[in-house]
Amino acid sequence: MLLIHCPHCEETLPEAEFAYAGQAHIVRPADPMSQTDEQWEEFLFIRENAKGAHYERWRHLHGCGRFFNAVRDTVSDRFLTTYPSGTPRPDLSTLTEGKA
Amino acid sequence: MTRFNAFALLKNALNGHKGWTEQWPDSQPKKEYDVIIVGAGGHGLGAAYYLAKQHGITNVAVIDKGWLGGGNTGRNTTIIRSNYLYDESARLFDHAVDLWENLSQELNYNVMYSRRGVLMLAHNVHDVQSFTRHIHANRLNGVDNRWLTPQECKDYCPPLNISANARYPVMGGALQERAGTARHDAVAWGYARGAAERGVDIIQNCAVTAIRRNADGSVAGVETAKGFIKAKKVAVSAAGHTSTVMQTADVRLPLESYPLQALVSEPVKPIFPCVVMSNAVHAYISQSDKGELVIGSGTDQYTSYSQRGGLPLIEHTVAAITEVFPIFNRMRMLRKWGGIVDVTPDRSAIISKTPVQGLYVNCGWGTGGFKATPGAAHTFAWTVAKDEPHPINAPFTMERFRTGRLIDEAAAAAVAH
Repeated sequence: MLLIHCPHCEETLPEAEFAYAGQAHIVRPADPMSQTDEQWEEFLFIRENAKGAHYERWRHLHGCGRFFNAVRDTVSDRFLTTYPSGTPRPDLSTLTEGKA
Repeated sequence: MTRFNAFALLKNALNGHKGWTEQWPDSQPKKEYDVIIVGAGGHGLGAAYYLAKQHGITNVAVIDKGWLGGGNTGRNTTIIRSNYLYDESARLFDHAVDLWENLSQELNYNVMYSRRGVLMLAHNVHDVQSFTRHIHANRLNGVDNRWLTPQECKDYCPPLNISANARYPVMGGALQERAGTARHDAVAWGYARGAAERGVDIIQNCAVTAIRRNADGSVAGVETAKGFIKAKKVAVSAAGHTSTVMQTADVRLPLESYPLQALVSEPVKPIFPCVVMSNAVHAYISQSDKGELVIGSGTDQYTSYSQRGGLPLIEHTVAAITEVFPIFNRMRMLRKWGGIVDVTPDRSAIISKTPVQGLYVNCGWGTGGFKATPGAAHTFAWTVAKDEPHPINAPFTMERFRTGRLIDEAAAAAVAH
Protein backbone atom coordinates (compact mmCIF):
# COMPACT_ATOMS: atom_id res chain seq x y z
CA MET A 1 0.00 0.00 0.00
CA LEU A 2 1.45 3.34 -1.04
CA LEU A 3 1.30 6.26 1.36
CA ILE A 4 0.63 9.44 -0.57
CA HIS A 5 0.94 13.03 0.57
CA CYS A 6 -1.87 15.27 -0.70
CA PRO A 7 -0.40 18.76 -1.14
CA HIS A 8 -3.85 20.30 -0.79
CA CYS A 9 -4.92 18.51 2.41
CA GLU A 10 -1.34 18.50 3.77
CA GLU A 11 -1.89 14.92 4.92
CA THR A 12 -0.20 11.58 4.14
CA LEU A 13 -2.90 9.00 3.45
CA PRO A 14 -3.29 5.45 2.09
CA GLU A 15 -3.32 4.75 -1.66
CA ALA A 16 -6.97 3.60 -1.47
CA GLU A 17 -8.03 7.27 -1.18
CA PHE A 18 -6.32 8.20 -4.44
CA ALA A 19 -6.75 7.57 -8.14
CA TYR A 20 -3.79 7.47 -10.49
CA ALA A 21 -4.22 9.76 -13.49
CA GLY A 22 -1.24 9.08 -15.76
CA GLN A 23 1.81 11.05 -16.81
CA ALA A 24 1.95 14.71 -15.74
CA HIS A 25 2.91 17.84 -17.66
CA ILE A 26 1.34 16.77 -20.96
CA VAL A 27 0.28 20.00 -22.61
CA ARG A 28 -2.86 20.08 -24.75
CA PRO A 29 -2.16 21.57 -28.18
CA ALA A 30 -3.14 25.23 -28.30
CA ASP A 31 -4.35 24.90 -31.89
CA PRO A 32 -5.69 21.35 -32.34
CA MET A 33 -6.62 21.85 -36.00
CA SER A 34 -3.00 22.45 -36.99
CA GLN A 35 -1.71 19.19 -35.48
CA THR A 36 -0.29 16.46 -37.71
CA ASP A 37 -1.05 12.75 -37.26
CA GLU A 38 2.41 12.35 -35.72
CA GLN A 39 1.69 15.07 -33.17
CA TRP A 40 -1.67 13.53 -32.28
CA GLU A 41 -0.06 10.13 -31.82
CA GLU A 42 2.51 11.70 -29.51
CA PHE A 43 -0.12 13.59 -27.53
CA LEU A 44 -2.63 10.76 -27.20
CA PHE A 45 -0.56 7.61 -26.97
CA ILE A 46 3.18 8.01 -26.45
CA ARG A 47 4.25 8.12 -22.80
CA GLU A 48 7.60 8.34 -21.01
CA ASN A 49 7.05 5.03 -19.16
CA ALA A 50 10.12 6.05 -17.16
CA LYS A 51 12.08 3.47 -15.20
CA GLY A 52 13.10 5.68 -12.29
CA ALA A 53 11.78 9.15 -11.47
CA HIS A 54 8.35 9.58 -13.05
CA TYR A 55 6.27 12.77 -13.14
CA GLU A 56 2.66 11.74 -12.72
CA ARG A 57 -0.80 12.95 -11.78
CA TRP A 58 -2.90 11.70 -8.91
CA ARG A 59 -6.36 12.68 -7.72
CA HIS A 60 -7.37 12.69 -4.08
CA LEU A 61 -10.61 10.99 -5.08
CA HIS A 62 -11.99 10.12 -1.63
CA GLY A 63 -10.69 13.29 0.00
CA CYS A 64 -10.57 16.79 -1.37
CA GLY A 65 -11.21 15.49 -4.90
CA ARG A 66 -8.44 17.63 -6.38
CA PHE A 67 -5.70 16.69 -8.83
CA PHE A 68 -2.03 17.13 -7.99
CA ASN A 69 1.32 16.06 -9.40
CA ALA A 70 3.90 13.72 -7.93
CA VAL A 71 7.40 12.46 -8.62
CA ARG A 72 7.68 8.75 -7.88
CA ASP A 73 10.53 6.31 -8.40
CA THR A 74 8.92 3.54 -10.47
CA VAL A 75 11.53 1.00 -9.35
CA SER A 76 11.10 1.42 -5.58
CA ASP A 77 7.59 2.96 -5.76
CA ARG A 78 8.73 5.67 -3.31
CA PHE A 79 7.35 9.17 -3.72
CA LEU A 80 10.06 11.82 -4.03
CA THR A 81 7.60 14.69 -3.75
CA THR A 82 4.06 15.82 -4.48
CA TYR A 83 3.09 19.34 -5.61
CA PRO A 84 -0.02 21.17 -6.84
CA SER A 85 -0.97 21.00 -10.53
CA GLY A 86 0.05 24.06 -12.48
CA THR A 87 3.33 24.55 -10.69
CA PRO A 88 6.55 23.85 -12.62
CA ARG A 89 8.37 20.52 -12.53
CA PRO A 90 10.55 20.28 -9.43
CA ASP A 91 14.27 19.91 -10.05
CA LEU A 92 15.11 16.22 -9.63
CA SER A 93 18.55 16.93 -8.17
CA THR A 94 17.00 18.69 -5.17
CA LEU A 95 14.72 15.79 -4.28
CA THR A 96 15.71 13.20 -1.75
CA GLU A 97 14.09 9.82 -1.70
CA GLY A 98 11.66 9.06 1.09
CA LYS A 99 9.98 12.42 1.47
CA ALA A 100 6.25 11.88 1.19
CA MET B 1 20.54 -34.23 -27.23
CA THR B 2 18.42 -37.00 -25.73
CA ARG B 3 15.04 -37.41 -27.36
CA PHE B 4 12.38 -37.91 -24.70
CA ASN B 5 10.40 -41.13 -25.13
CA ALA B 6 9.46 -44.26 -23.22
CA PHE B 7 12.57 -46.11 -24.39
CA ALA B 8 14.92 -43.34 -23.17
CA LEU B 9 13.09 -43.22 -19.86
CA LEU B 10 13.41 -46.98 -19.39
CA LYS B 11 17.09 -47.00 -20.39
CA ASN B 12 17.90 -44.20 -17.96
CA ALA B 13 15.82 -45.77 -15.20
CA LEU B 14 18.08 -48.85 -15.47
CA ASN B 15 21.19 -46.63 -15.34
CA GLY B 16 20.13 -44.74 -12.22
CA HIS B 17 19.18 -41.68 -14.34
CA LYS B 18 22.83 -40.78 -14.89
CA GLY B 19 22.58 -40.71 -18.68
CA TRP B 20 20.45 -37.60 -19.15
CA THR B 21 22.26 -34.82 -20.99
CA GLU B 22 21.74 -31.10 -20.41
CA GLN B 23 18.80 -29.72 -22.35
CA TRP B 24 20.55 -26.62 -23.62
CA PRO B 25 24.03 -25.19 -23.05
CA ASP B 26 24.51 -21.92 -21.18
CA SER B 27 26.15 -20.09 -24.09
CA GLN B 28 28.60 -17.22 -24.16
CA PRO B 29 28.08 -14.55 -26.81
CA LYS B 30 29.82 -14.80 -30.17
CA LYS B 31 31.02 -11.63 -31.93
CA GLU B 32 28.23 -11.56 -34.47
CA TYR B 33 24.81 -13.04 -35.18
CA ASP B 34 22.28 -12.91 -38.00
CA VAL B 35 19.51 -12.27 -35.49
CA ILE B 36 19.65 -11.25 -31.84
CA ILE B 37 16.44 -11.67 -29.84
CA VAL B 38 16.23 -9.56 -26.69
CA GLY B 39 14.29 -11.38 -23.98
CA ALA B 40 14.36 -15.12 -23.25
CA GLY B 41 10.72 -15.60 -22.35
CA GLY B 42 8.31 -17.89 -24.17
CA HIS B 43 7.80 -15.35 -26.98
CA GLY B 44 11.53 -14.74 -27.57
CA LEU B 45 12.61 -18.38 -27.30
CA GLY B 46 9.68 -19.43 -29.45
CA ALA B 47 10.66 -16.91 -32.11
CA ALA B 48 14.21 -18.31 -32.09
CA TYR B 49 12.82 -21.82 -32.44
CA TYR B 50 10.65 -20.93 -35.45
CA LEU B 51 13.46 -18.87 -37.05
CA ALA B 52 15.67 -21.96 -36.91
CA LYS B 53 13.05 -24.56 -37.74
CA GLN B 54 10.93 -22.85 -40.39
CA HIS B 55 13.20 -20.20 -41.85
CA GLY B 56 16.59 -21.91 -41.60
CA ILE B 57 18.13 -19.00 -39.69
CA THR B 58 20.24 -20.65 -37.01
CA ASN B 59 22.95 -18.05 -36.31
CA VAL B 60 20.69 -16.60 -33.62
CA ALA B 61 21.19 -15.52 -30.01
CA VAL B 62 18.49 -15.06 -27.39
CA ILE B 63 19.77 -12.71 -24.69
CA ASP B 64 18.16 -12.10 -21.30
CA LYS B 65 19.09 -9.91 -18.35
CA GLY B 66 17.96 -12.64 -15.95
CA TRP B 67 17.35 -16.34 -16.32
CA LEU B 68 15.37 -18.02 -19.06
CA GLY B 69 11.63 -17.87 -18.49
CA GLY B 70 12.09 -15.84 -15.28
CA GLY B 71 9.92 -12.90 -16.30
CA ASN B 72 6.26 -12.93 -17.17
CA THR B 73 6.56 -16.42 -18.70
CA GLY B 74 7.00 -17.83 -15.21
CA ARG B 75 4.62 -15.37 -13.52
CA ASN B 76 1.35 -15.68 -15.42
CA THR B 77 -1.70 -17.77 -14.50
CA THR B 78 -1.20 -20.10 -17.52
CA ILE B 79 -4.63 -19.59 -19.08
CA ILE B 80 -5.10 -20.25 -22.81
CA ARG B 81 -8.18 -19.09 -24.75
CA SER B 82 -9.03 -17.34 -28.00
CA ASN B 83 -12.55 -15.94 -27.52
CA TYR B 84 -11.67 -12.38 -28.52
CA LEU B 85 -14.24 -10.15 -30.16
CA TYR B 86 -12.49 -8.62 -33.15
CA ASP B 87 -11.54 -10.53 -36.28
CA GLU B 88 -7.86 -9.61 -36.06
CA SER B 89 -7.54 -10.79 -32.45
CA ALA B 90 -9.59 -13.93 -33.01
CA ARG B 91 -7.30 -14.93 -35.89
CA LEU B 92 -4.13 -14.30 -33.89
CA PHE B 93 -5.22 -16.05 -30.69
CA ASP B 94 -6.89 -18.95 -32.49
CA HIS B 95 -3.69 -19.42 -34.49
CA ALA B 96 -1.95 -19.74 -31.12
CA VAL B 97 -4.49 -22.30 -29.87
CA ASP B 98 -3.98 -24.32 -33.07
CA LEU B 99 -0.26 -24.43 -32.28
CA TRP B 100 -0.86 -25.16 -28.57
CA GLU B 101 -2.78 -28.31 -29.47
CA ASN B 102 0.23 -29.99 -30.98
CA LEU B 103 3.01 -28.19 -29.12
CA SER B 104 4.10 -31.07 -26.89
CA GLN B 105 4.58 -33.34 -29.93
CA GLU B 106 6.19 -30.54 -31.94
CA LEU B 107 8.76 -29.83 -29.22
CA ASN B 108 9.09 -33.40 -27.89
CA TYR B 109 8.50 -31.72 -24.54
CA ASN B 110 5.43 -32.07 -22.36
CA VAL B 111 3.99 -28.58 -21.99
CA MET B 112 0.98 -30.09 -20.22
CA TYR B 113 -1.56 -28.34 -22.42
CA SER B 114 -4.90 -29.17 -20.86
CA ARG B 115 -8.16 -28.46 -22.69
CA ARG B 116 -10.18 -28.01 -19.56
CA GLY B 117 -12.39 -25.20 -20.82
CA VAL B 118 -12.69 -21.54 -19.83
CA LEU B 119 -16.05 -20.45 -18.44
CA MET B 120 -16.88 -16.73 -18.29
CA LEU B 121 -19.68 -15.94 -15.88
CA ALA B 122 -22.42 -13.42 -16.60
CA HIS B 123 -23.82 -11.65 -13.52
CA ASN B 124 -26.13 -9.03 -15.03
CA VAL B 125 -28.16 -8.28 -18.13
CA HIS B 126 -25.33 -6.36 -19.73
CA ASP B 127 -22.97 -9.33 -19.27
CA VAL B 128 -25.56 -11.65 -20.84
CA GLN B 129 -25.99 -9.39 -23.87
CA SER B 130 -22.31 -8.72 -24.39
CA PHE B 131 -21.30 -12.38 -23.95
CA THR B 132 -24.00 -13.46 -26.39
CA ARG B 133 -22.59 -11.01 -28.88
CA HIS B 134 -19.11 -12.43 -28.24
CA ILE B 135 -20.35 -15.96 -28.80
CA HIS B 136 -21.88 -15.01 -32.16
CA ALA B 137 -18.78 -13.08 -33.23
CA ASN B 138 -16.52 -15.96 -32.18
CA ARG B 139 -18.56 -18.56 -34.03
CA LEU B 140 -18.51 -16.47 -37.21
CA ASN B 141 -14.73 -16.48 -36.87
CA GLY B 142 -14.59 -20.23 -36.33
CA VAL B 143 -13.71 -19.86 -32.64
CA ASP B 144 -15.66 -22.23 -30.42
CA ASN B 145 -17.76 -20.60 -27.72
CA ARG B 146 -21.24 -21.44 -26.42
CA TRP B 147 -23.81 -20.29 -23.90
CA LEU B 148 -24.52 -22.21 -20.69
CA THR B 149 -27.49 -21.75 -18.36
CA PRO B 150 -26.72 -21.31 -14.64
CA GLN B 151 -27.44 -24.99 -14.00
CA GLU B 152 -25.20 -26.02 -16.90
CA CYS B 153 -22.48 -23.77 -15.43
CA LYS B 154 -22.87 -25.56 -12.10
CA ASP B 155 -22.70 -28.96 -13.81
CA TYR B 156 -19.55 -27.92 -15.62
CA CYS B 157 -17.96 -26.40 -12.52
CA PRO B 158 -19.45 -27.92 -9.33
CA PRO B 159 -17.81 -25.56 -6.77
CA LEU B 160 -19.70 -22.65 -8.32
CA ASN B 161 -22.32 -20.84 -6.22
CA ILE B 162 -25.40 -20.31 -8.41
CA SER B 163 -27.76 -19.41 -5.57
CA ALA B 164 -30.28 -16.74 -6.53
CA ASN B 165 -29.45 -15.01 -3.24
CA ALA B 166 -25.79 -14.50 -4.14
CA ARG B 167 -24.54 -10.93 -4.11
CA TYR B 168 -23.63 -11.40 -7.79
CA PRO B 169 -26.04 -14.09 -9.06
CA VAL B 170 -24.85 -16.25 -11.96
CA MET B 171 -27.14 -15.62 -14.95
CA GLY B 172 -25.27 -17.94 -17.27
CA GLY B 173 -21.86 -18.24 -18.84
CA ALA B 174 -19.88 -18.38 -22.06
CA LEU B 175 -17.84 -21.55 -22.39
CA GLN B 176 -14.87 -22.07 -24.68
CA GLU B 177 -14.14 -25.78 -24.44
CA ARG B 178 -10.97 -25.66 -26.51
CA ALA B 179 -9.43 -23.24 -24.03
CA GLY B 180 -7.47 -24.39 -20.99
CA THR B 181 -4.08 -24.20 -19.34
CA ALA B 182 -0.47 -25.25 -19.91
CA ARG B 183 2.66 -25.52 -17.79
CA HIS B 184 4.26 -22.12 -18.43
CA ASP B 185 7.86 -23.03 -17.49
CA ALA B 186 7.78 -26.05 -19.77
CA VAL B 187 6.84 -23.80 -22.70
CA ALA B 188 10.02 -21.75 -22.22
CA TRP B 189 12.12 -24.87 -21.59
CA GLY B 190 10.70 -26.75 -24.56
CA TYR B 191 11.31 -23.87 -26.96
CA ALA B 192 14.79 -23.29 -25.49
CA ARG B 193 15.70 -26.95 -25.97
CA GLY B 194 14.32 -27.04 -29.50
CA ALA B 195 16.10 -23.80 -30.46
CA ALA B 196 19.43 -24.80 -28.87
CA GLU B 197 19.27 -28.16 -30.67
CA ARG B 198 19.21 -26.23 -33.97
CA GLY B 199 22.19 -24.05 -33.03
CA VAL B 200 20.63 -21.06 -31.29
CA ASP B 201 22.72 -19.54 -28.45
CA ILE B 202 20.81 -18.81 -25.25
CA ILE B 203 22.69 -16.20 -23.24
CA GLN B 204 21.41 -15.59 -19.71
CA ASN B 205 22.30 -13.02 -17.06
CA CYS B 206 23.48 -10.57 -19.71
CA ALA B 207 21.46 -7.35 -19.82
CA VAL B 208 21.08 -5.61 -23.16
CA THR B 209 21.82 -2.00 -22.25
CA ALA B 210 21.35 -0.37 -25.64
CA ILE B 211 20.64 -0.99 -29.30
CA ARG B 212 23.38 0.49 -31.49
CA ARG B 213 22.65 1.85 -34.96
CA ASN B 214 24.82 2.38 -38.04
CA ALA B 215 25.41 5.81 -39.60
CA ASP B 216 22.67 5.05 -42.16
CA GLY B 217 20.21 4.46 -39.31
CA SER B 218 19.99 0.68 -39.65
CA VAL B 219 20.59 -1.60 -36.72
CA ALA B 220 24.23 -2.48 -35.90
CA GLY B 221 23.90 -4.68 -32.86
CA VAL B 222 23.42 -4.52 -29.13
CA GLU B 223 25.48 -3.25 -26.22
CA THR B 224 25.35 -5.77 -23.40
CA ALA B 225 26.84 -6.41 -19.98
CA LYS B 226 29.29 -8.70 -21.84
CA GLY B 227 30.24 -6.13 -24.48
CA PHE B 228 29.03 -5.20 -27.94
CA ILE B 229 27.51 -7.93 -30.12
CA LYS B 230 27.05 -7.28 -33.81
CA ALA B 231 23.79 -8.29 -35.48
CA LYS B 232 22.13 -7.97 -38.87
CA LYS B 233 18.71 -7.94 -37.20
CA VAL B 234 17.54 -7.28 -33.66
CA ALA B 235 14.16 -8.50 -32.46
CA VAL B 236 12.94 -7.14 -29.13
CA SER B 237 10.55 -9.25 -27.08
CA ALA B 238 11.15 -7.82 -23.62
CA ALA B 239 7.62 -7.38 -22.19
CA GLY B 240 7.55 -4.67 -19.50
CA HIS B 241 11.04 -3.45 -20.38
CA THR B 242 10.44 -3.14 -24.12
CA SER B 243 10.01 0.63 -24.09
CA THR B 244 13.27 1.22 -22.19
CA VAL B 245 15.20 -1.00 -24.62
CA MET B 246 13.56 0.48 -27.73
CA GLN B 247 14.18 4.03 -26.55
CA THR B 248 17.91 3.44 -26.93
CA ALA B 249 17.25 3.04 -30.68
CA ASP B 250 15.13 6.23 -30.69
CA VAL B 251 11.93 4.24 -31.21
CA ARG B 252 9.16 5.41 -28.92
CA LEU B 253 6.28 3.03 -28.38
CA PRO B 254 2.78 3.59 -27.00
CA LEU B 255 3.45 1.42 -23.95
CA GLU B 256 3.06 1.79 -20.22
CA SER B 257 4.37 -0.80 -17.76
CA TYR B 258 2.16 -1.89 -14.89
CA PRO B 259 2.56 -4.57 -12.21
CA LEU B 260 0.13 -7.45 -12.71
CA GLN B 261 -0.39 -9.63 -9.67
CA ALA B 262 -1.35 -13.24 -9.10
CA LEU B 263 -1.48 -15.58 -6.13
CA VAL B 264 -1.72 -19.28 -5.33
CA SER B 265 -3.24 -21.21 -2.44
CA GLU B 266 -1.85 -24.18 -0.60
CA PRO B 267 -2.17 -27.35 -2.72
CA VAL B 268 -5.36 -29.37 -2.25
CA LYS B 269 -6.90 -32.42 -3.90
CA PRO B 270 -8.52 -31.91 -7.33
CA ILE B 271 -11.70 -29.91 -6.87
CA PHE B 272 -11.73 -27.38 -9.66
CA PRO B 273 -12.08 -28.93 -13.14
CA CYS B 274 -11.91 -25.87 -15.39
CA VAL B 275 -10.98 -22.20 -15.57
CA VAL B 276 -13.57 -19.68 -14.39
CA MET B 277 -13.47 -15.96 -15.09
CA SER B 278 -15.91 -13.40 -13.82
CA ASN B 279 -15.46 -9.86 -15.05
CA ALA B 280 -18.13 -8.24 -12.95
CA VAL B 281 -16.56 -9.32 -9.67
CA HIS B 282 -13.08 -9.69 -11.14
CA ALA B 283 -12.39 -13.29 -10.19
CA TYR B 284 -10.11 -15.44 -12.28
CA ILE B 285 -9.32 -18.94 -11.02
CA SER B 286 -8.13 -22.44 -11.95
CA GLN B 287 -6.37 -25.31 -10.20
CA SER B 288 -2.87 -26.38 -11.14
CA ASP B 289 -1.89 -30.03 -11.53
CA LYS B 290 0.07 -29.62 -8.31
CA GLY B 291 -3.22 -28.78 -6.58
CA GLU B 292 -2.81 -25.06 -5.92
CA LEU B 293 -5.65 -22.74 -6.76
CA VAL B 294 -4.13 -20.27 -9.22
CA ILE B 295 -5.80 -16.89 -8.92
CA GLY B 296 -5.26 -13.99 -11.27
CA SER B 297 -5.53 -10.52 -9.81
CA GLY B 298 -5.39 -7.25 -11.72
CA THR B 299 -2.93 -4.56 -12.62
CA ASP B 300 -2.15 -1.88 -10.07
CA GLN B 301 -3.44 1.54 -10.99
CA TYR B 302 0.02 3.09 -11.28
CA THR B 303 2.92 2.31 -13.63
CA SER B 304 5.82 0.55 -11.95
CA TYR B 305 8.81 -1.74 -12.52
CA SER B 306 8.75 -3.11 -8.96
CA GLN B 307 7.48 -6.68 -9.75
CA ARG B 308 5.52 -6.53 -6.49
CA GLY B 309 2.30 -4.54 -6.61
CA GLY B 310 0.14 -3.50 -3.68
CA LEU B 311 -2.03 -5.45 -1.26
CA PRO B 312 -5.34 -3.59 -1.81
CA LEU B 313 -5.66 -5.40 -5.13
CA ILE B 314 -5.13 -8.80 -3.51
CA GLU B 315 -7.80 -8.04 -0.91
CA HIS B 316 -10.21 -7.12 -3.71
CA THR B 317 -9.41 -10.30 -5.65
CA VAL B 318 -9.77 -12.64 -2.71
CA ALA B 319 -13.08 -11.00 -1.77
CA ALA B 320 -14.36 -11.70 -5.29
CA ILE B 321 -13.21 -15.32 -5.21
CA THR B 322 -14.88 -16.08 -1.89
CA GLU B 323 -18.08 -14.41 -3.12
CA VAL B 324 -18.36 -16.66 -6.19
CA PHE B 325 -16.86 -19.73 -4.48
CA PRO B 326 -17.83 -19.63 -0.78
CA ILE B 327 -16.31 -23.13 -0.52
CA PHE B 328 -12.84 -21.49 -0.67
CA ASN B 329 -13.30 -18.99 2.14
CA ARG B 330 -11.08 -20.92 4.58
CA MET B 331 -8.39 -21.60 1.97
CA ARG B 332 -4.93 -20.31 2.88
CA MET B 333 -2.91 -18.47 0.28
CA LEU B 334 0.72 -19.52 -0.08
CA ARG B 335 2.28 -16.67 -2.01
CA LYS B 336 1.63 -13.74 -4.29
CA TRP B 337 3.84 -12.04 -6.85
CA GLY B 338 3.85 -9.48 -9.61
CA GLY B 339 5.12 -9.27 -13.16
CA ILE B 340 5.63 -6.11 -15.21
CA VAL B 341 3.31 -6.02 -18.21
CA ASP B 342 3.47 -3.55 -21.11
CA VAL B 343 0.04 -2.20 -21.92
CA THR B 344 -0.97 -0.50 -25.18
CA PRO B 345 -3.74 2.10 -25.40
CA ASP B 346 -6.07 -0.29 -27.31
CA ARG B 347 -5.02 -3.37 -25.28
CA SER B 348 -3.89 -5.22 -28.40
CA ALA B 349 -0.34 -6.36 -29.00
CA ILE B 350 2.24 -4.98 -31.42
CA ILE B 351 4.13 -7.45 -33.65
CA SER B 352 5.77 -5.15 -36.07
CA LYS B 353 8.62 -3.80 -38.11
CA THR B 354 9.91 -0.46 -36.86
CA PRO B 355 11.15 2.71 -38.56
CA VAL B 356 14.69 1.40 -37.91
CA GLN B 357 15.88 -1.00 -40.64
CA GLY B 358 16.56 -4.43 -39.13
CA LEU B 359 14.79 -3.73 -35.82
CA TYR B 360 11.58 -5.60 -34.96
CA VAL B 361 9.36 -5.60 -31.91
CA ASN B 362 6.88 -7.99 -30.30
CA CYS B 363 5.28 -6.23 -27.33
CA GLY B 364 2.16 -4.73 -25.81
CA TRP B 365 0.69 -8.04 -24.68
CA GLY B 366 -0.46 -6.39 -21.50
CA THR B 367 -2.15 -8.83 -19.18
CA GLY B 368 -2.71 -11.57 -21.78
CA GLY B 369 0.52 -12.62 -23.44
CA PHE B 370 0.97 -16.21 -22.30
CA LYS B 371 -1.95 -17.65 -24.27
CA ALA B 372 -0.53 -16.15 -27.44
CA THR B 373 3.00 -17.52 -26.99
CA PRO B 374 3.20 -19.98 -29.92
CA GLY B 375 1.19 -17.78 -32.27
CA ALA B 376 3.12 -14.63 -31.44
CA ALA B 377 6.47 -16.43 -31.67
CA HIS B 378 5.54 -18.02 -34.99
CA THR B 379 4.33 -14.81 -36.67
CA PHE B 380 7.15 -12.74 -35.14
CA ALA B 381 9.76 -15.15 -36.52
CA TRP B 382 8.10 -14.82 -39.95
CA THR B 383 8.19 -11.01 -39.69
CA VAL B 384 11.88 -11.01 -38.76
CA ALA B 385 12.93 -13.61 -41.34
CA LYS B 386 11.07 -12.14 -44.31
CA ASP B 387 11.19 -8.47 -43.26
CA GLU B 388 7.43 -8.35 -43.74
CA PRO B 389 4.51 -9.28 -41.50
CA HIS B 390 2.70 -12.62 -41.63
CA PRO B 391 -0.92 -12.02 -42.74
CA ILE B 392 -2.07 -12.82 -39.19
CA ASN B 393 0.04 -10.16 -37.50
CA ALA B 394 -0.18 -7.59 -40.32
CA PRO B 395 -2.88 -5.53 -38.50
CA PHE B 396 -0.80 -5.42 -35.30
CA THR B 397 1.58 -2.68 -36.43
CA MET B 398 2.93 0.15 -34.33
CA GLU B 399 1.71 2.60 -37.01
CA ARG B 400 -1.93 1.95 -36.10
CA PHE B 401 -1.67 4.50 -33.31
CA ARG B 402 -0.87 7.13 -35.93
CA THR B 403 -3.39 6.07 -38.57
CA GLY B 404 -6.15 5.45 -36.02
CA ARG B 405 -6.70 1.86 -37.22
CA LEU B 406 -6.86 0.55 -33.64
CA ILE B 407 -7.84 -2.99 -32.64
CA ASP B 408 -9.84 -1.81 -29.71
CA GLU B 409 -9.95 -4.81 -27.42
CA ALA B 410 -9.74 -2.28 -24.57
CA ALA B 411 -13.46 -1.82 -24.93
CA ALA B 412 -14.28 -5.19 -26.47
CA ALA B 413 -12.22 -7.89 -24.77
CA ALA B 414 -14.32 -10.29 -22.85
CA VAL B 415 -12.29 -9.33 -19.82
CA ALA B 416 -9.42 -8.13 -18.22
CA HIS B 417 -7.42 -10.30 -20.63
